[in-house]
Amino acid sequence: MKEMICINCPLGCRLTVDDADRQNIIVTGNTCPRGKAYAIDEITAPKRMVTASVKVEGGSLPMVSVKTARAIPKELIFDSLELLKQVTLTAPLHIGDVAVENILGCGVDFVVTKEIRRTCDKE
Amino acid sequence: MMTERNLVIIGGGPAGLAAAKAAYDCGERDILILERENELGGILNQCIHNGFGLHTFKEELTGPEYAQRYIDEVIKRNIEYKLASTVLNVSRDKIVTYVNAKDGVGVVKAKAVILACGCRERPRGAINIAGMRGAGVFSAGTAQRLVNIEGYLPGKEVVILGSGDIGLIMARRMTFEGAKVKAVIELMPYSSGLNRNIVQCLNDFNIPLKFSHTVVEIKGKDRVEGVVVAAVDEKLRPIMQTAELIPCDTLLLSVGLLPENELAKGAGVSLSPVTGGAVVDENMMTDVDGVFQCGNVLHVHDLVDFVSAESENAGRCAAEYINGKVCAAQKIPVKTVNGVRYCVPQYLCADGVYEPISLKMRVAGVYKKVELTVRADGVKIYGKKRPVVAPGEMENIALNAEQVKALKQAKEIVISLEGGEARA
Repeated sequence: MKEMICINCPLGCRLTVDDADRQNIIVTGNTCPRGKAYAIDEITAPKRMVTASVKVEGGSLPMVSVKTARAIPKELIFDSLELLKQVTLTAPLHIGDVAVENILGCGVDFVVTKEIRRTCDKE
Repeated sequence: MMTERNLVIIGGGPAGLAAAKAAYDCGERDILILERENELGGILNQCIHNGFGLHTFKEELTGPEYAQRYIDEVIKRNIEYKLASTVLNVSRDKIVTYVNAKDGVGVVKAKAVILACGCRERPRGAINIAGMRGAGVFSAGTAQRLVNIEGYLPGKEVVILGSGDIGLIMARRMTFEGAKVKAVIELMPYSSGLNRNIVQCLNDFNIPLKFSHTVVEIKGKDRVEGVVVAAVDEKLRPIMQTAELIPCDTLLLSVGLLPENELAKGAGVSLSPVTGGAVVDENMMTDVDGVFQCGNVLHVHDLVDFVSAESENAGRCAAEYINGKVCAAQKIPVKTVNGVRYCVPQYLCADGVYEPISLKMRVAGVYKKVELTVRADGVKIYGKKRPVVAPGEMENIALNAEQVKALKQAKEIVISLEGGEARA
């Protein structure tokens, strides 16, 4: 039996997870199906969204925010951040632009989450 | 030279943007947004983490993405906005004075004004931490801006005072950027932050959270060298025998937010001593005719989604006011008793408009097995049973037209916690 708090939304449901049988993990305390999926992931292969900022050249701001398009395996968090430190993007940038493709081969991209103008086309 | 506008909105953050969109959709075309920063979006621009928009858009966005949705709506409608424009004064007769590099000092006479100026962080001075004045003490939001927008790391060994959501988010953010977060210190026996943030921002990285502790001294002449942390007793007084030094070069303060109401004061708007924001009716109008307020300048919200909804209401009502449809008739006070700290709005207009409204409130302590009730002259109009309520979570009561009608015919409206175990 394990106790955990679902991180899917601000409700933060308290889950009780019976993982005696790894093929048939029993979750209670969740209010929606996402809670059950979270608990099973958390036991078998925990995942997290990662958000950070990366350098921009020629933009209206020196940094642009990025996120993983989906949650990535938890153990890749710090390696994925290390990867971002090597990256410099060039303005203009749009929400959804790929910043890093296929992070460490996990099949998920880092995507841009903010509009950045080129400094030359200021209004 | 004085120009004339129908609606001037002060602040281009989530509140101002949503108000502008709603006012436009209500038929108002003569709108001007004045924004202090160089871009629209307000504080969302530095909140790069995800978790915004679950209510509004049914998906989980980052702060800048959420802001962009509303910026796009404002641009699509061709609503005028001025950036890098600081409002200096709003007078009682709605003359707005602002300054920017292009116009110099601008003066606009408005038919209605929406104050959507957000809030500020409580600074070190407001919590009286003794010690030296070395560099390295930041509010959590300042650190957030430095890391996320400007690309600077404010320190390498960090202690965070306060476990509100900004403090928790910054614990993870500093860890991501290679800093060591040694502890998060919380004065209260509970966190005002979301449980999910305690899990994904602290537990994931083994960052200790010390409840019922506080920082009693900051050490370090030129740069912070450490903070002295002590447990507190039930009256929140430090127990000095428990004091211990935590070496660090940075202290982040996440100790609460205060509505920014200098402009409202200047306009003669009455403020609530509890929320720090204006006293408003259900149209979000203050006691100065034609001056409205919404978002974190009115009261500090937990979720931006609720800011947007409240501000859309303010925008609609301001547009209707300009058309002569909203009148400041007789007002019925909404009293809060028995563990309910405040309610926004504080008044309901005693006129015949019976539209659904929402009442937002916070409780004073953690209470279990209570019923949150709304009574009109003693008669229960609404009741909601709650297994637990806490000050960190805003309660929202949505009332239908029939319930509103019952309330508006009363002399006194009382919101209360009934039954229950704990009373703080």
